[in-house]
Amino acid sequence: MDRPLLDVRDLRKHFPVGGSLFGKTRGVVKAVDGISFTIKPGETLGLVGESGCGKTTTSKLVLAAEEPTAGAIEFDGRNLAELSRADLQDYRRQVQVVFQDPYSSLSPRMRVGDIIAEPIKAHEPLSSAEVRARVSELLELVGLRPDAARLFPHEFSGGQRQRLAIARALSTKARLVVLDEPVSALDVSIRAHIITLLEELQQRLGVSYLFIAHDLAAVAHVSQQTAVMYLGKLVEVADSLALCASPLHPYTKALFAASLPSHPDEAREEIVLSGEVPSALNPPRGCSFHPRCPFVMPRCSEQEPLLCEVSPGRRVACHLYN
Amino acid sequence: MAPLLRVNDLRTHYFGFRGTRVVKAVDGISFSVEAGETFGLVGESGCGKTTTCHSIVRLLAPSAQIVGGSIELEGEDLVKKSQAEMRRIRGRRIATILQDPMASLDPLFSVYDQVAEPAYYHQSLRGQKLRQRVKELLAAVRIPSPERRMKDFPHQMSGGMRQRIVGAIAQAGGPRIIIADEPTTNLDVTIQLQYLNLLKDLQRATGVALIFVTHNLGIVAKMCDKVAVMYAGKIVEMQSVRGLFYRPRHPYTKALLDSIPKLGVKEPLYGIPGQPPDLAALPVDCSFHPRCRQAMDRCRIEEPWQHNLNGDGNVRCWLPIDEEAAGRG
Ligand SMILES: Nc1ncnc2c1ncn2[C@@H]1O[C@H](COP(=O)(O)OP(=O)(O)OP(=O)(O)O)[C@@H](O)[C@H]1O
Ligand SMILES: Nc1ncnc2c1ncn2[C@@H]1O[C@H](COP(=O)(O)OP(=O)(O)OP(=O)(O)O)[C@@H](O)[C@H]1O
Ligand code: SF4
Ligand SMILES: [Mg+2]
Ligand SMILES: [Mg+2]
Repeated sequence: MDRPLLDVRDLRKHFPVGGSLFGKTRGVVKAVDGISFTIKPGETLGLVGESGCGKTTTSKLVLAAEEPTAGAIEFDGRNLAELSRADLQDYRRQVQVVFQDPYSSLSPRMRVGDIIAEPIKAHEPLSSAEVRARVSELLELVGLRPDAARLFPHEFSGGQRQRLAIARALSTKARLVVLDEPVSALDVSIRAHIITLLEELQQRLGVSYLFIAHDLAAVAHVSQQTAVMYLGKLVEVADSLALCASPLHPYTKALFAASLPSHPDEAREEIVLSGEVPSALNPPRGCSFHPRCPFVMPRCSEQEPLLCEVSPGRRVACHLYN
Repeated sequence: MAPLLRVNDLRTHYFGFRGTRVVKAVDGISFSVEAGETFGLVGESGCGKTTTCHSIVRLLAPSAQIVGGSIELEGEDLVKKSQAEMRRIRGRRIATILQDPMASLDPLFSVYDQVAEPAYYHQSLRGQKLRQRVKELLAAVRIPSPERRMKDFPHQMSGGMRQRIVGAIAQAGGPRIIIADEPTTNLDVTIQLQYLNLLKDLQRATGVALIFVTHNLGIVAKMCDKVAVMYAGKIVEMQSVRGLFYRPRHPYTKALLDSIPKLGVKEPLYGIPGQPPDLAALPVDCSFHPRCRQAMDRCRIEEPWQHNLNGDGNVRCWLPIDEEAAGRG
């Protein structure tokens, strides 16, 4: 019964770069380099990491918008690579996305009703009256008035537009929604509404989320499991509350130290990383975090640590733990 | 002793449509900043934070006008200065760090030229001394191998390095106060921490005062000594940072504090209903009342006065504050 809805195994996406049309490429960016995770029905996996670590590439792979270089994605027990065209079409109905920027992700010339109805029309043979009824239902579900259907996106605030994007993502009864930084572009006072809405919708509909963000506190709030990504690899995967109680990987620790205090006297372990995120084009040998790691040991620059289970449900890729 | 900077009843409005639409972006705000202090200005988008900063350095959009109040820097009213006088004050006595480092950097000039300029003009450094100073400033903002990197151009630097270079430029003229308008919004969290710590270190070393504009209460908790919460062009609460976090008085401040997720805590978040008002059509009531959890009849009719809190700070709200703790201001 606890079969995962999504099962990602050793997934890789390498981009050739620097080549011209005829010339040889100069290198590859290993945007996603061997990651494995699962998402259970009705649950959320949070994915955190800094800019360029491969979060959006991961989401594109899950959305079947990019072909993986290697590895497998199984949805509901079936391997994506083996799906027929019709089944892939159905996969795209069941796996939807909400992007960061509510301003550019909704077509400005379409009425809200049509924007939300678009995926329904593409995937389901419903009459126009049925579509209209579904659109009204969806608008109510995300806390907007049904007459919003007649308006254009520019007539809504940022938070309302993000509600529209969520309504659209849920319009075809999606079972998994990829949320790529859904609140990063919103004002502080509005973020809480969207996070709460997403949590309520999950309760009501049993939908699963892949929630991507760089704010650890928000990720830990919405997700049961949190995965920490660094330079194309997962460095730690754990139950969100366990992760918050004791981060194990040095990079996770550094992210914790860097997440801002919630009041002026909150004591934080001071781990200030030196240097910047290295280029994904030329990642360091051994553990790719070793040039910035405060706990670095000789073997870290030679041997790559594997993501190993260190306690039940907790995986860490660091030589300190095995 | 007089404060370093004293803003008194400042009003800055934007005049659109030939003066028929008046946006009261800053509408009667007062605060002061002492030497070496970090003063935080928080509030949601559009509440007037940037307009406040631009008023202080007198770099307002053409449609904006300071229609009242004063801005005293070491006793001199900046509102009365000419633009020529302001040019001498900017960089030398007040410096700015903006959200987007590329907006402050000129892509056509080397890092050396840009860091050297304020030191050349405002500190009259020349030749080897100037070179030495630029090297020190870049080292202070932790640019690795500054000697070599100062020949580079902004596009050759990462986002974090660019923002640190803007920090070096801000320091170069030896200012008394730096206004930082959301300087870390575009940075990654670990880079943000580096930058915030760097600003703290520079402040300890030079005694410069900081005005820190942000919508992030975590940054306030980490950086600030005193905080003003802005809502719809007004300061609705001002307190010491501990006062604000431990005894927030204004319902807006409380709502903001309840709306942010706390690390490792799954309590439901509070979402502030509604939206901020149109600053061109403010009614004469408490501008927060339509969104307020504790609004009373009076709040819909009359604008609350600014009540002084005992010790430090003030709040604009009709809710009673414990009588002995407050006097009327
Ligand atoms: N189409 C592409 N061609 C070449 N390189 C790419 C391509 N797409 C992404 N990359 C590179 O892959 C790496 C991962 O990018 P990705 O967009 O997945 O990061 P991210 O974690 O989503 O970052 P952010 O937080 O900034 O959104 C980056 O180094 C990026 O430059
Ligand atoms: N050039 C302008 N002309 C007319 N109105 C303006 C102009 N610039 C800003 N405003 C208005 O003045 C108000 C305050 O804007 P300001 O940029 O000071 O806000 P802010 O608090 O800095 O917001 P943010 O957090 O988004 O940077 C807003 O309502 C804005 O729409
Ligand atoms: S004055 Fe009234 S409406 Fe305004 S913040 Fe206070 S309680 Fe709320
Ligand atoms: Mg991304
Ligand atoms: Mg601003």
